[in-house]
This record gives sequence, C-alpha cells and structure tokens, in this order.
Amino acid sequence: MAFNPTPTQFKALKAVLFMLALLPFLRMAWLTAAGVPVDPVEFLTHGSGDWALYLLCATLAVTPLRRLTGWNWLVRLRRMVGLFTFFYAFMHFMTFLWFDHFFDVAAMWKDVLKRPFITVGFAAFVLLIPLAATSTNGMIKRLGRNWARLHKVIYAIAPLAILHYWWMKAGKHNFEQPIVWGSIVGVLLLLRVWWSLSRPRTEKRVTTASVRS
Amino acid sequence: MLIRKNPNGIDLPFPSEITPREVYEGRRAFLAKVAASAVVGSSLWEMATREAFAQGTVQKLPATRNPAFSTNEKQTSFDDATHYNNFYEFGTDKADPAANAHTLKTRPWTVQIEGEVKKPQTIDLDRLVKLAPLEERIYRLRCVEGWSMVIPWVGYSLSSLIRQVEPTSNAKYIEFTSLADRSQMPGVKSRVLEWPYVEGLRMDEAMHPLTLLTVGMYGQVLPNQNGAPVRIVVPWKYGFKSAKSIVKIRFLREQPRTAWNGIAPDEYGFYSNVNPNVDHPRWSQATERRIGEGGLFTPKRKTLLFNGYNEVASLYTGMDLKKLY
Repeated sequence: MAFNPTPTQFKALKAVLFMLALLPFLRMAWLTAAGVPVDPVEFLTHGSGDWALYLLCATLAVTPLRRLTGWNWLVRLRRMVGLFTFFYAFMHFMTFLWFDHFFDVAAMWKDVLKRPFITVGFAAFVLLIPLAATSTNGMIKRLGRNWARLHKVIYAIAPLAILHYWWMKAGKHNFEQPIVWGSIVGVLLLLRVWWSLSRPRTEKRVTTASVRS
Repeated sequence: MLIRKNPNGIDLPFPSEITPREVYEGRRAFLAKVAASAVVGSSLWEMATREAFAQGTVQKLPATRNPAFSTNEKQTSFDDATHYNNFYEFGTDKADPAANAHTLKTRPWTVQIEGEVKKPQTIDLDRLVKLAPLEERIYRLRCVEGWSMVIPWVGYSLSSLIRQVEPTSNAKYIEFTSLADRSQMPGVKSRVLEWPYVEGLRMDEAMHPLTLLTVGMYGQVLPNQNGAPVRIVVPWKYGFKSAKSIVKIRFLREQPRTAWNGIAPDEYGFYSNVNPNVDHPRWSQATERRIGEGGLFTPKRKTLLFNGYNEVASLYTGMDLKKLY
C-alpha cells in the first residue's frame, strides 16, 4: 500500500481534486443560469448545503485515511478540502441571506434566533470562519501550537452540521440521509476518540507537529 | 358491449367525452377485432383503456371556465406544475412524482363512500366525472414549504357530490383516503408517513363552493403525479390538505386523524389555513416564492390570509386561528 506521489504526481492530484471539488459549484451555477431548476432558491440551498456536508466529511476523513494507509501526504490536501467546505457553507449561508431574505438582516436574525435548526446551522457556519481565516501559512506559523488547538473546533462543527440537517428533515420525517451522514461523521469522530485513548502521550506531540507540515 | 353495468346497476356510458375521438375509435376497432376472435373477457375493456393511457395520449377534458372562481394571475407552466410537486407515495424529492408516477393505474378506479351518509356507495370514476358539469377554475396553490403556483384545475364543487350521497346530521367531518399500493407506488415502502395518506375537512369547509373535486388540470385529465384520477383542491389551505388519488371518502362524527397532523401536530395543524401570521416552527409563512415568476433575484411575495380567498373567513369566525392553525 505504500504509495508516495512524486512532486509532479502530487501537483496533478491536487489539481484534479480542485476541479472535482469545484464541479458541483459549476454545475449549480450553470443550471441556475440556464433556468433549469424549477425553484432555484431551493436548488442552491440544498445543493450548497449538501456539498458543504460532503466536503466536511472528506476533511474529517483525511486523518483516519492517513493512519490506515500510511499515506502521510494526504494531509497536504486537507487545507484545500477544508477551504472548499467553507466555500460551500458560505454559498449556503449567502443563498439564505440573499435569495431567501434579500439582505433583510433583521429578518435573518429573527430566523436565526427563533428557529433551532437555523441556530445550529448558523453556529456551525460562524465557527468555520476562524478556521478558514487561519488557513494561510503565515497564520499557521504565527499561531504555532494554538493553530492545532483552534482547528479542533471542527469536532464541534461536524455534529452541529448533522444536527442542522437532522432537524431540517425532521418535520417531514425524512431521516434516510441524516442517518447516513450522521453515521459517517460519528465513525470519523469515534475513530479519533479510540485512537486518542489507545496511544501513548508522546506520540500525540509528534502528530501535532506533523499536522502543521 | 360498450355499455357496462357496475354493481349498483348504474349504466356507464363509454367515456368518450374524456377521450379523444381517434383514441376511442381506435379502441373500438381493437375491441371489434378481439370480439371477432370470440375471446371477450371482462378485463378486455380495461386492457384496452389501459392501452390508450399507456400511449401517453393527451386526454382533453371539456370544461367551461368559471370566472367567479378564477384569477387572472399568470399561470404556472404546465411543465413546472407537473414536474415539481410533493406526492410522497412516489418519493420525497419534488422531482420523484413525475419520474415514478407512470406506474399508477388510474383505470379502473372507484371511490368508496361510507360513514355517516344515507347513500353509501362505490362510485366508478366515469360516473364520478359526469356527476356535475366540469368547470375550469384557476386557483392559487400555496405549499406549506413556502412556494406557490397558479393552476387551472378542472372539476366541480365537492358539494355536488356530497349532496347526492346525502350525509346524515351526524356528519361533522369528511375524510379522504388516498391509494397506498406498494406495487404501484414506490414511496409507500418508506416510513416517512403512515400509509395510507389521510386528509380531512370540517363539513362546512367541504361544502364551501371553492372546494373542488378535481379530475383535470390545464384542460386535460390529471397527470398521475398530480393526483390522478381524482383529487381534492382546497385553495385557501396549504397544499397538503388537498388529498390526491382518492379511493375512499368517509363522513365522520369526529375530527379524523390526518396524515401530517397525526405525525407532526406541532408543525401541521388540522386546519392548515394559509396564514402569514402563523409561522411554521422552522420557517416564516409571511412570504412565498411564486414558481416560475422571475428567478433568484425576484423578491418573494407577501402571503395572503386564506391565500387571498377572503370569502372563507366566515367559516372561522370566533376561532383563534393561532391556536387552531
């Protein structure tokens, strides 16, 4: 299973991944511009929300995949996947603020405060902002060890995102998808709990260092 | 051969009125051929009818527009109204009904009428269609999810049917049951709702002239995904109150346990009148998106109380519509 891409291979891999992650956005933009979706607001809201969740899971899958395969280079793709997660979450939020509320910030706040499912979704989005903002090399250097601490916030964001999705579907008793994605997030987080309980302390520091690489 | 009798002994003329001439003439030729071969089974007529439906022929419905119950607002395109709707028996995605409803067999079809009624009976579809003159009415449709359409329906006031079956004085509510057949409806396997789908109205709501027993839209027979062959349309209530593909109508003393109200009473009231002042727990009902009207940048419309059908207001005098939502 030992696979180590050459720098050229890695570059190509990264470019392909970038295009793949951008594809859903291009598709949504294209279809909306062409007037295909019957309800474009619903189409963009659901599409961007779904892809934010899928990419959040992909981001969380990097560490387990790395441990299981020994492909340490995977971690160098994580920032991009994480930023795409934020990109789709931002699109999700903007659809809500722009096309659903037409920048009526008062009405938006009313929704955020009054409706728990929006409250948790909004919280998940707000928590993503500092992670996206500290994704540059400069910020990683400046924050040092605190960078890794800060980015553990993702462990709170993921359950909030699932709860948001769950409550959104709850009114229509349509739990198939929330169960699937909730289980995926659950497994990805439980693996970390398991590993953190079963490995000695010294190893942890090594991992923290490599996270920053 | 062309006249059949149903168990009640009522003569059923050949439904040529709702079938284009060339289709029924073709069927007649087909029948004659088979009859000549002396294999005339009782299922033959149904087979032939099904054949005509399977060809996807547009079935025109003769109806006179009733301007008293119509709006001049721009109608939703036929394509949007038939490809974007909820009909959970065919799946939960709004594109599912159009994709899956072709498996629904709408002939033969009967509607059972029972309960607190002097003339309980099973009505054959062809008789049901002819019970009263068909009208075209252009109604606004407001979905509880916050979108709306304008649809020309074809049918007649439900009250015409109710009067003919003579409910007793005990009948306070009316309950509609939709078909729930796993073999024809893939969504019925899911557990999103308790099947069959049940909806209901208070008797005075059911008798209101606006409440339409509907057999068509856009001048033709109802497409399967929109609730063929017979559905109810109650334009001042959220769309889910309008039961589709109805197989049973019961007259009751007590308020029935309806599908959405039973499963999530805090979100879907029994009345479910369109009301901008009563929010859904998860979103505001103050505004709506009119499907097909502009695009992303078109501001939403203000939702009107009773979806703008103020003539029904008197049905609810003295009621707290915030409690009885």
